[in-house]
Amino acid sequence: MSTAIETIPPAAVPARLVPRLSRWSRTGLLGLAVLVFWLFIAAAGPWILPHGSGDMSTAGVFDAISWTHWLGTDYLGRDILSRVMDGARYTVGVALAATVMACAAGTLLGLLAAVNGGWFDTVLSRLLDTLVSIPSKMLALIIVAAFGSSIPLLIVTVAVVYTPGAYRIARALAVNINAMDYVTVARARGEGRTYIMLREVLPNIAGPLLADMGLRFVYAVLLLASLSFLGLGVQPPVADWGSLVRENIGALPTGGAAVIAPALAIATLTIAVNLVIDNLPGRAQANQENR
Amino acid sequence: MGASVEVSHLNIVAQAGGKDLPIVTDVSFRIEPGEVLALIGESGSGKTTIALSLMGYARQGCRISGGTIRIGDVDVLGLSAGEQRSLRGRTVSYIAQSAAASFNPSRTIMDQVVEVARIHGLMPREQAEAKAVALFRDLALPNPQTIGQRYPHQVSGGQLQRLMAAMALICDPALVILDEPTTALDVTTQIEVLQAFRRVVRERNTTAVYVTHDLAVVAQMADRILVLRQGRQQEQAETRQIIESPQNDYTKSLIAAAKPAPRDAGRLAPDAAATPLLEVRSLIAGYGALDARGLPSSPVLSDVSFTLHRGQALGVIGESGSGKTTLARAIAGLVAPARGQILFDGQTLAPDVPGRSRDQLRRVQIVFQMADTALNPAHTIEMLLARPLQLYFGLKGEPLKKRIAQLLDLVQLPAQCAQRLPGGLSGGQKQRVNFARALAAEPDLILCDEVTSALDTVVGAAVLDLLAQLRRELGLSYVFISHDLNTVRAVCDDIVVLYAGNKVESVPRAAFSQAARHPYFELLASSVPELRQGWLDQRSTSRLALPPMAVSTPPNPELCSFLDRCPLRVTGACDTTAPPRRRLRGDVEILCHRSEADLIALQPASV
Repeated sequence: MSTAIETIPPAAVPARLVPRLSRWSRTGLLGLAVLVFWLFIAAAGPWILPHGSGDMSTAGVFDAISWTHWLGTDYLGRDILSRVMDGARYTVGVALAATVMACAAGTLLGLLAAVNGGWFDTVLSRLLDTLVSIPSKMLALIIVAAFGSSIPLLIVTVAVVYTPGAYRIARALAVNINAMDYVTVARARGEGRTYIMLREVLPNIAGPLLADMGLRFVYAVLLLASLSFLGLGVQPPVADWGSLVRENIGALPTGGAAVIAPALAIATLTIAVNLVIDNLPGRAQANQENR
Repeated sequence: MGASVEVSHLNIVAQAGGKDLPIVTDVSFRIEPGEVLALIGESGSGKTTIALSLMGYARQGCRISGGTIRIGDVDVLGLSAGEQRSLRGRTVSYIAQSAAASFNPSRTIMDQVVEVARIHGLMPREQAEAKAVALFRDLALPNPQTIGQRYPHQVSGGQLQRLMAAMALICDPALVILDEPTTALDVTTQIEVLQAFRRVVRERNTTAVYVTHDLAVVAQMADRILVLRQGRQQEQAETRQIIESPQNDYTKSLIAAAKPAPRDAGRLAPDAAATPLLEVRSLIAGYGALDARGLPSSPVLSDVSFTLHRGQALGVIGESGSGKTTLARAIAGLVAPARGQILFDGQTLAPDVPGRSRDQLRRVQIVFQMADTALNPAHTIEMLLARPLQLYFGLKGEPLKKRIAQLLDLVQLPAQCAQRLPGGLSGGQKQRVNFARALAAEPDLILCDEVTSALDTVVGAAVLDLLAQLRRELGLSYVFISHDLNTVRAVCDDIVVLYAGNKVESVPRAAFSQAARHPYFELLASSVPELRQGWLDQRSTSRLALPPMAVSTPPNPELCSFLDRCPLRVTGACDTTAPPRRRLRGDVEILCHRSEADLIALQPASV
């Protein structure tokens, strides 16, 4: 029948994991630039530091901005620029590792709960709810008190804190997708749970989960910073941005760059990540299609 | 009293990526006071967009780019935003497709019906309420005095749709826009709503625009018809002329699709001695926990039995909530029956999917109504079709690609579709992919759950042709579930009529038009609008009116489930004993107390 074949619209641009630069909006590009900058600093840190991060300068403590010390010096006379650049490794690295762990665990558990349903879902959900009820900083305090503070432990602690949140989002999204006819069709076809979880459900919740992961990364940075500020995080002499703020809090009355620089670093990183998430190309489009 | 409406050279564009995409091009029409004009066309034809523009409104992303709209002597597009606001609801009112989505669930109906009058400051609340009650009465709503105190979820869908009409009419608007007001309703409900609308529109001499895709409905409601396609007007004439002698080719194809002809499937006469392909025996199924007697807490199907022979198509018909979909799910193993047996090719099928063998699963495929939700939006068409081929036949590489191309060809889709995501295809194309995926399993039986209901008439007709062709070529059998009697009649050999989970009638094709039928089937058949003018008026006078719903005593599951609505119920029999299964002439089986002679005498043959 001739009316049967309608015209086929031109193919949509195939989805790419990292969309082409030209498809990013301006704010998105700004965020991306700042994020890439910090990732580069974190990765290349040790080789490009202007001064050793532990070297004491002759310029004295809380020295003002100068040609030798672009951001001044800290409470022991160490170069702030070098310490902020060095701290990026801990803040970005630990936060990233913890976020990936939390989101991976949360997504896996969420998919299991949604696809299996029943008592499995109920038990898992209540268990993780219990975990949420413990204040995150209290939990970190107990873990550090019990096991001491080390970087791997810090990563695990932050991951544990953020797993229930990631689980809830993943489960809620997966429950919706699980109710779709295409999942029913897959069940009727005799597909196993793993196939349904990974092939039918996961691709359709990946977008929102990625956005959530970005947000969770920001929370992790802030939690790490606050833990360090309380002295529970990365231990001296190394310092992440949070501990830099704490160490140099004394510079606040004099308006020294020593405290403002690490605080600004935290702010720029978190804002950049948010800008990137909000402006991921394809996301706005996907939102419109879903509407 | 309605006003005249004049629309000339209306152009509406959608703004996409900085460019203007025309969605309505140069549409002009005139409606005389008290006249009803129908805008008809398939989805995307611009009918709703035009209707909304009569209120000076364009949906987000759209803009009225040219033309004039006059209602009475008001130039709608020349008004300021504030003046347009006071126009809406007062001069022009709108009745939307889904009343359930248009009412606020947390406020009483009366609050919402009188709200328009209150917003415009037209009358004090007491007067508005009195007027609302009068409207409720005119719209034949039950308990007009008190229905306003209820909340939207406490009334039925058909009642809510009529309440929305009351909301629209309370300010005596000069123009009423009805946008597919009965599309979401069951036929038996639709007819009540249509009758109510027809009466109030006539009595008030309201000017109305009736937007729909259903020509048979339009034939009852409209004085004139404007046929639209892709935002352009195709033909505009008196209703009679459009239906009896359409000029435009597109209009002709619409008329042809509205009267589905029986599809010749070239079937073999079923061999009664052969093992039936599918046999359902005393199936009881439902949802929720099982009680002490082993029955589910919310039963859906009670005691349904039927037989389907190889190469046959069985239609299952009933209104929403009758258990049609549950039946398909039970056969597919997605809902485990509480009792009863499902035999496939002589073997008993396990109640649920994990208990069935891969080959059993392969041989029964299910196709859902909404191709949008039945195809994973993250998978390309190729991936969608490849999966059953890999799972059931272990195909890979070149043979896999070849088979996918074959399947696309079988459902008449071009091969370049394979790389697309479902989002890039039209509704009809998606439904074809849906079938291709079922066919990939090389099944013996396909369960079709309302497969054409979400499609435009012309596209749906093409899908029905495809079904008939596949049956001819591949010897498939279908269980074809639908609420639309015309569609079922066009493709099926036998019909099973479900009402509230009971099989009230089964009838072979030869006896479809026979007068002796179950009162519910009669009601259903006589409620399907016919494509001729005056059908609704004739029906309202000649049909037996249904008595109002009896205040139901706690329903007794033993008794006839249709008792409350049955015009032919026998006091002393129907309300005391369970109805017997009766065999009538022509292999018809019904669940009713009435004898064949009674049914013929009391139900004038309608179709």
